[in-house]
Amino acid sequence: MTHAAKETLVISNLHVSVEGQEILKGVDLEIGRGEIHALMGPNGSGKSTLGYAIMGHPSYEVTAGTIELVDADGTRHDILAMEPDQRARAGLFLAFQRPMSIPGVRLADFLRHAVTNVRNPDRKEGHELMPMREFRTELKNKMGELSMDTEFARRYVNDGFSGGEMKRAEILQLAMLRPKFAILDETDSGLDADAVRLASESIARIGGAEMGILIITHHEQLLEHNIPLRTHVMLGGKIVESGGPDLAAELHKRGYERIRAAYPEAAAAEKVMEESARAVSV
Amino acid sequence: MSTGIEESSTLALGEINKYDFRTDSPAIFKARRGIDATIVSQISEMKGEPAWMRDFRLKSLDIFNSKPMPHWGGRIGIDFQEIFYYLKPAEQQGKTWEEVPDAIKKTFDRLGIPEAERKFLSGVKAQFESEVVYGSLQEDLAKKGVIFTDTDTAIREHSDLLREYFGKIISPTDNKFAALNSAVWSGGSFIYVPKGVKIEFPLQAYFRINAESMGQFERTLIIVDEGASVHYVEGCTAPMYSTESLHSAVVEIVVKRGGRCRYTTIQNWANNIYNLVTKRAMAYGDSMMEWIDGNLGSHLTMKYPAVYMMEPGARGEILSIAFASAGQHQDAGAKLVHAAPHTSGRIVSKSISKNGGRASYRGLVKVEPGAKKSKSSVVCDALILDDKSRSDTYPYIEIEEQDVSIGHEASVSKIGEEQLFYLMSRGLSEAEASTMIVGGFIEPLVKELPMEYAVEMNKLIQLQMEGSVG
Repeated sequence: MTHAAKETLVISNLHVSVEGQEILKGVDLEIGRGEIHALMGPNGSGKSTLGYAIMGHPSYEVTAGTIELVDADGTRHDILAMEPDQRARAGLFLAFQRPMSIPGVRLADFLRHAVTNVRNPDRKEGHELMPMREFRTELKNKMGELSMDTEFARRYVNDGFSGGEMKRAEILQLAMLRPKFAILDETDSGLDADAVRLASESIARIGGAEMGILIITHHEQLLEHNIPLRTHVMLGGKIVESGGPDLAAELHKRGYERIRAAYPEAAAAEKVMEESARAVSV
Repeated sequence: MSTGIEESSTLALGEINKYDFRTDSPAIFKARRGIDATIVSQISEMKGEPAWMRDFRLKSLDIFNSKPMPHWGGRIGIDFQEIFYYLKPAEQQGKTWEEVPDAIKKTFDRLGIPEAERKFLSGVKAQFESEVVYGSLQEDLAKKGVIFTDTDTAIREHSDLLREYFGKIISPTDNKFAALNSAVWSGGSFIYVPKGVKIEFPLQAYFRINAESMGQFERTLIIVDEGASVHYVEGCTAPMYSTESLHSAVVEIVVKRGGRCRYTTIQNWANNIYNLVTKRAMAYGDSMMEWIDGNLGSHLTMKYPAVYMMEPGARGEILSIAFASAGQHQDAGAKLVHAAPHTSGRIVSKSISKNGGRASYRGLVKVEPGAKKSKSSVVCDALILDDKSRSDTYPYIEIEEQDVSIGHEASVSKIGEEQLFYLMSRGLSEAEASTMIVGGFIEPLVKELPMEYAVEMNKLIQLQMEGSVG
C-alpha cells in the first residue's frame, strides 16, 4: 500500500440486492479514519442501500464484493461476516435517515447499553453496564455541547419525536458512541436552514482525526463545516465520479444532467430501477 | 409436539414434571387425596371453625359438584380426586435447600431475594420470620385500628365483621372454582381499614408470618371503610413452587364511599400450575378500585379481576400484564360492571407471547340499565415474539343504556425487524434488543408498580427473554 498507514474502511466491488432486485452494482470506496467523504446522487441511486449494507440490515443481501476494516498494520477484518451488533462493536455507525421509534424505552437507558457494548466489545448479555454516575456525567456534557436539554434523554427513543429531534438524537448517539467510521444518511433531510447549520457544526465538533465520515446528502450546506476530502457521485447503483469540494458545489448548482450524459450506462440502469420500483409500488 | 389435552392430563397429577421436586415427608395429619363431604368437614374441624363456616363449606361443595367445567378459556385437565385439598403447614416443610433445583436458586440470585425469603418461597421453611423485620410496622397499624391477619385467625377474632362480607361479593354459585375455593379454602389475608385511615406504604402478604397465606386455596377479604385507603401487594416476582398443581384463590374486596384500594399481584408460577382465580371488588360512591395484575408462568391461568361500580362516582381501573412462554396459556383479562350512573372504568391489558406460548385477553364491559353517563375505555395490546406463538382477543361489551361512552382499542404487533436492526446497529445483541423492546412495551404498566417490584419485574422479563433468540 502506498498511502500512509491508518485504519481504513475498504469497500470493493459491492453488489447488493433487495428482494431479488440488484440495487448496488459494484461499488468501490475507501475511507480512512479522520477523512470526510461526501456521497451525492439522485434519489433511488442506491446511497441509503450502501449505508444499510455496511451496517448489515438483514433485508440487504450482499451478492458479491467485500467490506473490510483494515488496521494500520494491514490486518483485515471481514465486516460481512459480522452481525449488525458486532459491526457496531467493531466501530461502525449509521445515522438513520428515518430512525425507528422504540416506545417505552428511554433514550438514556438505550444509550447506556449501547455505549457499554461498543466500549467493551466482549461484553456478554447481563454483564455490568457502565456505571450510572459516569454515564450520566458524560451524557450531560455531550448534551450540553450539542445545546440539548437533558430532559430529552428521558423521552422514549424516537417516540413522538419531530423530524428535527430524531436527527439530533442520532447526532447525540454519534457523539456518545464515537465510532471509527460513521455513515450519516441524509442527516439534513427535513431540517430547516438553522437546524442544518447546527447539525453541520455538531458533526464537525464530534468528528476529527479519529473518525472517518461518509456524509450522504443532497445539499451542500451540511458540508459547510465538514469539508469533504472527496465527493462521490452515485448513479444507477455505482459510484461514477469522484472529485474535490467543487464537485459538490457543481452538483448542487447544476443537478445531475451532466453526470447522466457522461455515464449513459448508469443512467440507463437508473431508469430500469425507477421503473421496477414504480411497478412494485403499484 | 403434543396437543394441549394430552399435556394437561399428564400435568394434572400434582407432580412437578420439569423440576422434579417431591416431598415424601412423614405425615402428621394428612388429608387424603380427593374431595368429598368427609374431607370438607374434616378441614373445618381441623381448623376448629364455627358451624356456619362448616355449613358454608358443605353447601359450596354441592355447588362445586353440580357445576360443569367451564368450556371456554383454556383446557382444564384436572383430576379433582388426585389433589390434596389441605395440608398442615408442618407438612409443607421437609424439603431441604439442597433439593431446590438450581434453576430456581439462580432466579432467586438474579432477583436478589433475601436468604430468609428464599427458603420460605421455595418451600424449605414454612415459617417466615417476618415478626423481627416487620413487627414495629404491625404495631403501628394496630394502633390505627387496622386489622391485618390471616383469614383463619379472622374467623376466630373478627367473626362478625368477616361474616358480614365473606362470600357476599363472590358467591360460591359464581363459578365452579369459586365454589371449590369456598369448600376447601385455607389461609389468605383479612384486612380491615377503618374510616379515614390512609395506609401510606404498600401492605404485603409476606408481612405476615404464616405459610398458609400463599396456599393453594387462599381466601382474601379486604374491607376499605369510608374515606380510607390501602395498597395491598400479593405474592412476589420470585417463582412460586408448589407440589400441587392447582391454585384456585378467591379475593373479595369492598371499597366504601370515598375509599381507595389498589391490589397489586405479580405472580410467577411453575409450569405445571393451573392458576384459576376469582377476584372481584365492589366499589361504592366516589371510591376508587384498582387492580394491577401481572401473570407469568403457570400452565394455564384464567383470571379476570372485576370491579362492580355500585354507586355514582365510583371508578374502576384494571391494568394487566401477561407473559406466555412455551407450554403456557395465559387467559387473562378484566371485568367492569357499571351498575350506577356517572361511573368510570378503564382497562389496559398488555400481553406478550413467545416460544409457542399463548396469551389471550378476555374482558367484559357491562353497563346496566340506568347507568347513565358512564364511561369506559379498554386498550389491549399484544406483542408476539415469534411465529410459533399466539395471541387472541375476546372483548365482550354489553350495554343496556344509551347515554354512555365506551371505547375499545386493540393492537397486535410483532417485534419488527426494523426495530431490532436499529437497536443492533448500536451494539445491542439480538437478545438484548428484544428484551429492551419487550421492556418498553410493558413500561406503561411497570411504572405503576412499587419501585422494588418494578425492578424485579424488569429482571424477570430479562430472565424470561434469555435464550429466546438463537
